[in-house]
Amino acid sequence: MELFKFFFHRLLVVFLGLIPFSLFADWDLNMTRGVTETSLEIFNLHMLIFWICVWIGVVVFGIMFWSLFKYRKSSGAVAAKFDDNFWLEIGWTIVATLILVVMAIPSTQVLVKAYDDSEGEINIMVTGYQWKWQYKYLEDNVTFFSNLATDDEAIHNRIPKGELYLREVDEPLVIPINTKIRFLITGNDVIHSFWVPDFAVKQDAVPGFINTAWTNVPKPGIYRGNCTELCGINHAFMPVVVRAVEKEEYTAWVAEKLAFAEVERLLTEKEWTKEELIERGEKVYTKNCVACHQVNGKGIPPVFPALDGSNIVMRDASKQIEILMEGVGPSYAMQAFGKQLGEVDIASVITYTRNAWSNKEKGDGKEVTPKDIVEYKKRIKL
Amino acid sequence: MGKTVRNLILSTLGMFAFGFLLVPIYDVFCEITGLNGKVTGPSYMSEESKGILDKREVLVQFVTHNNESMPWTFESQVTQVRVNTGEQQEALFIFENTTDEDMIGQVIPSVSPGRGAQYFHKTECFCFESQFLKSGQRVELPVRFIIDPAMPKDIGSLSLGYTLFDITKSTEERSLAGL
Amino acid sequence: MSTIVETHDDHGHHGPAKGLTRWLYTTNHKDIGTLYLCFSFLMLFIGGAMAMVIRAELFEPGLQIIEPEFFNQMTTNHGLIMVFGVIMPAFVGLANWMIPMQIGSPDMALPRLNNLSFWLLPMAFGILISTLFMEAGGPNFGWTFYAPLSTTYAPETVTFFIFSVHIMGASSILGSINIITTILNMRAPGMTLMKMPLFVWSWLITAYLLIAVMPVLAGAVTMMLMDIHFGTSFFNAAGGGDPVLFQHVFWFFGHPEVYIMILPAFGIASHIIETFSRKPLFGYTSMVYAMASIAILSFVVWAHHMFTVGMPLAGELFFMYSTMLIAIPTGVKVFNWIATMFKGSISFETPMLFAIAFVALFTIGGFSGLMLAIVPADFQYHDTYFVVAHFHYVLVPGSLFGIIAGVYYWIPKWTGIMYDEILGKLHFWLSFISVNLTFFPMHFVGLAGMPRRYPDYALQFADFNAIISVGAFIFGLTQLLFLFIVIKSIRAGKKANSEVWEGAGELGLEWTLDSPPSYHTFTVQPQVK
Repeated sequence: MELFKFFFHRLLVVFLGLIPFSLFADWDLNMTRGVTETSLEIFNLHMLIFWICVWIGVVVFGIMFWSLFKYRKSSGAVAAKFDDNFWLEIGWTIVATLILVVMAIPSTQVLVKAYDDSEGEINIMVTGYQWKWQYKYLEDNVTFFSNLATDDEAIHNRIPKGELYLREVDEPLVIPINTKIRFLITGNDVIHSFWVPDFAVKQDAVPGFINTAWTNVPKPGIYRGNCTELCGINHAFMPVVVRAVEKEEYTAWVAEKLAFAEVERLLTEKEWTKEELIERGEKVYTKNCVACHQVNGKGIPPVFPALDGSNIVMRDASKQIEILMEGVGPSYAMQAFGKQLGEVDIASVITYTRNAWSNKEKGDGKEVTPKDIVEYKKRIKL
Repeated sequence: MGKTVRNLILSTLGMFAFGFLLVPIYDVFCEITGLNGKVTGPSYMSEESKGILDKREVLVQFVTHNNESMPWTFESQVTQVRVNTGEQQEALFIFENTTDEDMIGQVIPSVSPGRGAQYFHKTECFCFESQFLKSGQRVELPVRFIIDPAMPKDIGSLSLGYTLFDITKSTEERSLAGL
Repeated sequence: MSTIVETHDDHGHHGPAKGLTRWLYTTNHKDIGTLYLCFSFLMLFIGGAMAMVIRAELFEPGLQIIEPEFFNQMTTNHGLIMVFGVIMPAFVGLANWMIPMQIGSPDMALPRLNNLSFWLLPMAFGILISTLFMEAGGPNFGWTFYAPLSTTYAPETVTFFIFSVHIMGASSILGSINIITTILNMRAPGMTLMKMPLFVWSWLITAYLLIAVMPVLAGAVTMMLMDIHFGTSFFNAAGGGDPVLFQHVFWFFGHPEVYIMILPAFGIASHIIETFSRKPLFGYTSMVYAMASIAILSFVVWAHHMFTVGMPLAGELFFMYSTMLIAIPTGVKVFNWIATMFKGSISFETPMLFAIAFVALFTIGGFSGLMLAIVPADFQYHDTYFVVAHFHYVLVPGSLFGIIAGVYYWIPKWTGIMYDEILGKLHFWLSFISVNLTFFPMHFVGLAGMPRRYPDYALQFADFNAIISVGAFIFGLTQLLFLFIVIKSIRAGKKANSEVWEGAGELGLEWTLDSPPSYHTFTVQPQVK
């Protein structure tokens, strides 16, 4: 027993030293090292626990398979009679406990460090919606939604899939490097979860409550993550994309975003032609409606009604405005897009659907303008 | 044998009751630990805390969210403010019912980090009760609070999240049911 | 009392009834055991078919076969059926067959309650599966059914789901009352608790766990029902409730539940390894204490399923430490099995092959479990395929292999016919290889960043997913071979004697009975020294 322990300890040191931790770095077999101090600490902790488990496995399975081989009845082994050994049992129980203590110490250290409650330089409210993320920069007052940008045609195998299949969004979360970013995370409807593997940030987005997370990214780049809590049908289709840039670039981006918001506000006043509305509406439809109502407008009845040939879409524009603005119950079957999309988007997508597919010939093809939506908001709701 | 069966049946019923007891146990636990920032500290400061004279500056952020696109306008007048611990503070919030129907809203607060929640004393808050607004009505309501000077120094900022829910329908249902 | 030797066709009026009504009205523990096992086998193929649908869709990136709303129904029902319809009923079936035989009693303590406990299950699953054919679709919120996805945002069929869970729970609770009462009151004289077979011990502990936590699950679904239909706000923040409360109540049930699903397998493994090593089980007393410690500790680890929910640091640390602690008694059991094999005289019949694979592969599941316990690392593992890999390792080559091993071990006793050893070994090797082909790569895709419950994924996960799907299909088809083997060993084959396995006569009372045993098992109470 003493001899065994002697060898085991020395072998352990030798092997742990020999095998470089970078062995699995580039294969898609392993966790990412990430780009932050926290993510690297977590990666190293993961590898430590992993190797300890491997070595325990080698020893335990080694003894087991050796016993299965050496003590085969077919090779004449005669069974011994012992059925306990008090000190051996105490011994391996203590060894097991010590190994766990050795694991618990670095684990505690890494966790305590991750629970940093000090002030953030930039605070971003992250809200999980079904099925997109909303980002609200508290200091700079920039707010926008971030939708999956992958074409539904690719998802349904009608066109080839790009390299960034399911990992791309229309508006990424842009942050400056070397800045402490604090995330305030909540959910709008059901529980979602905000995960960026390269930052080792994962926190659930719970409706009614705020969770916080923080990061400080030293390296510019694009970092991609996912929603990691089942949130309904498009759980797999609401990725997170973060673009970390130099501080000057961030400042320029904020200015651009504020300017863009102003431009959108002005667009509400403009006189739109029917063709312009339809063109814009198709884009809005592809981004926001296709998942449920499908590209061909046929939906997935009975859960997602068909728009193509729908009485409301063909003949009842005011009802369609109401549905878009306020949503449809029960159980929030359709969200109230009025709070999520601007007047231009709502008007154009309505106009598009009234003039798409067979609705073009069969329906009234009525045009709904942004001004109509503004009126609606003033008159009725929102 | 009958005794065994009787005891097991009683244990089963007991564990069923325990399941429901978990609800108040959870609330108490949240109060003590500040879990989820659900429950803020008592509305008063303890005598001990009142005795702490040195102040420090804390950044307080206000974030609002309309759950499920609840139609009202709901905003804080300022998104963040730097305050001293131990001093009475006030923050104003704007509520506007922009719809053509009377509605009832409920604001649910959430403080982050959770362990800071017990040091956040609210003397007045619109979240204490539901808010009835007639169609078109606009009000400005305050949150009055004091941050306890005993709050650990490693908490540099507190985020107050307020989520506004539409409880018009559920309030109607409850009154119809006689609740 | 009587000196007449009992055979099963001697006393016709004590024998089983004829025809279908035999199965409907039986109060015989062996018949009810058979009913549970057959039900569980049927559910294995239904839940397995759902897994095949999932893996067919995940074979390639893109949505080829089904849409996400149906995929969510498949993942949800696959989980519910496997947990509540396969693993749990199979272990209850084994308990029904073996506990009276192992403790020397003629039947269970409450035979009519036993019949009810079984028949509640087809009712419950009939309701659950029927929801898949309803317009609103079946439950689609994961087998863990978190609120508010499962309350405010659930399809209308959620009420059937809740009803079904209540009935399953009732079945488990009634079964457990029966098992505990039988074990505590009907052991042969001389069989003190510390002389009981380990399978009986494992079930005594499991049954107490069931009594403790199934009612809490019933509480959770009742709260759901009230939130959905009666205007309460247990899980709704607007009314002062909290979605996270659901998770606490659910996992308070859920964690002991997973130990409920493994403890009987521990018992079976101990019996088989002892028999086929021809050496007494090493450390009987510690094995008993280890199972009891695991059961007790299982009550204080539940929040390790919730590390990203926003818990304070102290909470996360507590649950990390308590979860790591469970590794100790579990490790002790693994060491003891190996110490039983060490210096034994080992033969490798099919039950032993499955038992050895159980020890090795369950241990791998244990390692991934230990990794998951480490909170900061769990931030990167939570809700990814790494978790899926972990629980499938402990449930499939863990629990399921334990059940299969038990079936091979005891079926010659039940039917009086030896199963086909060559086919059995073929079943083993195909299952062993395919189970690893299916679930080992899941560790990699999970670490590389693929979340769970995703019907579609980014391109870098494609290769491993294809391998996983192939493995899954092989594993599924292989279980059809198992069905064939089981049917064959009911109908025709080499006869088995009482002892069945060399030297087993000394190892347990079940091996003193005829194969198959007479209708009332023990008509004369044995004495235990």
